[in-house]
Amino acid sequence: MLAKRIIPCLDVKDGRVVKGVSFVNLRDAGDPVENAKFYDEQGADELIFLDITASHEKRKIILDVVEKTAEDVFMPLTVGGGIKTLDDIRALLNAGCDKVSINTTAVKDPFFISRAAEKFGSQCIVVAIDAKRITQNMSDATGEDWFGDASMKDVMLNPPALSGPQAPRGNGSSGWAISTHGGRKMKLINAVAWAKKMEELGAGEFMLTSMDKDGTKDGYDIELTRTVSENVSIPVIASGGAGTLEHLYEGLVHGKADAVLAASIFHFRELSIREAKEYLKSKSVPVRL
Amino acid sequence: MIAIVDYGMGNLRSVEKGFKKVGIDATVTSSPQVVDDADAIVLPGVGAFRDCIRNLTDLSLTGAVIRSIQKGKPYLGICLGLQVLFSESEEFGRCKGLDIFRGKVVRFQIKEKVPHMGWNTVNIVNRPPIFSDVPDDSYLYFVHSYYVVPEDRSIVAATTDYGVPFTSMVWKDNVFATQFHPEKSQGLGLRILAGFGEFAKKA
Repeated sequence: MLAKRIIPCLDVKDGRVVKGVSFVNLRDAGDPVENAKFYDEQGADELIFLDITASHEKRKIILDVVEKTAEDVFMPLTVGGGIKTLDDIRALLNAGCDKVSINTTAVKDPFFISRAAEKFGSQCIVVAIDAKRITQNMSDATGEDWFGDASMKDVMLNPPALSGPQAPRGNGSSGWAISTHGGRKMKLINAVAWAKKMEELGAGEFMLTSMDKDGTKDGYDIELTRTVSENVSIPVIASGGAGTLEHLYEGLVHGKADAVLAASIFHFRELSIREAKEYLKSKSVPVRL
Repeated sequence: MIAIVDYGMGNLRSVEKGFKKVGIDATVTSSPQVVDDADAIVLPGVGAFRDCIRNLTDLSLTGAVIRSIQKGKPYLGICLGLQVLFSESEEFGRCKGLDIFRGKVVRFQIKEKVPHMGWNTVNIVNRPPIFSDVPDDSYLYFVHSYYVVPEDRSIVAATTDYGVPFTSMVWKDNVFATQFHPEKSQGLGLRILAGFGEFAKKA
């Protein structure tokens, strides 16, 4: 039986892990390879490096990180952050990563996903979706250059419909919009329709983050996760809000996610991936132990 | 020396590093001559069947791969390297394969999500020598949307369930081919690569 996956995510800046594993004695807590090896030994099912390097000149450092990791760690590795061109993807795959996660570039140019999938195969194209519940105040939400494209009209939110009592509020497929800039800006894009469109254009998997829940540690947005998962036929990784083992269970079972991404609960606590898996197994969730 | 055939499909570095990790000499190559001269060959790869056959043909590697197999050289196919051994794939209409084994490559028609992505168990039905260290029902890493249907069931070495039971490994004489990725299956996967390296040494 296919196991549900547990995926730790490490933020990497200028080639160094920030907020890495802090409760064990790594020789070098900022070394991505050391962190990756630690999670490998713990039985993580995959690993994600989120490259948060700001400066353009330093962006090549991640390739070196990926190369070194691939020498020692033999599990699926995804890299996200700052991917803008097909050459960026090729360089990462050649360095030894298996999948790339694309967010901003897909929002700016959805057809980038079809070009990338055509070139490298859908299996390595993860689309990261940052979704946020639509509130009555969508007046600052903006569109994109491609909003004139007739083939994309299904994913667009119509601004006038968003004010007043008809405003969709977490009910069915119209309750979430795409957000950017870490949840600070809203786009006039229906998150669930966006997911369907991304699948149609060639995405192979989703990393779905609730920007309302991210950082709260009070659980994933289960309704969002389940709605997206039920509306697409490719795997969904739930992200944003995990604080306890129960949250992982809820995301996988109630949210129908195929995998759960977690950062801080593994980095900061004496809570191991093995414990998480044993807990899930005791609740009859198929996991790899 | 083991030749890892590079035909521009997917992550070959992991396979190369995997062999290196278990102390086995392997070289990535796209030269038909090097493939012909190698003691054993590995054909990895993820992506589309049609592109795989086209790239192998464009690089004049098809002949070298078929010759190697027919001469009895140890062969390890991974993912696409399994699928291309069969007669044809239904991906993009019809596409001819290398026809080492009679059979087809078909898409999952199931209610579960496709691609089949993640860790799944293998049920060993005919244990190949390179699998000596792998317990039955072990979890190995998969990522694929198509699977092989061999006409000759005697070549089926392992099966896996995902909506339907499918062939996750074949083995006949010198030919081993897996739908899962040993190079992505942590310690267990490395043991499979090591097992192939040992088999190649003895061959």
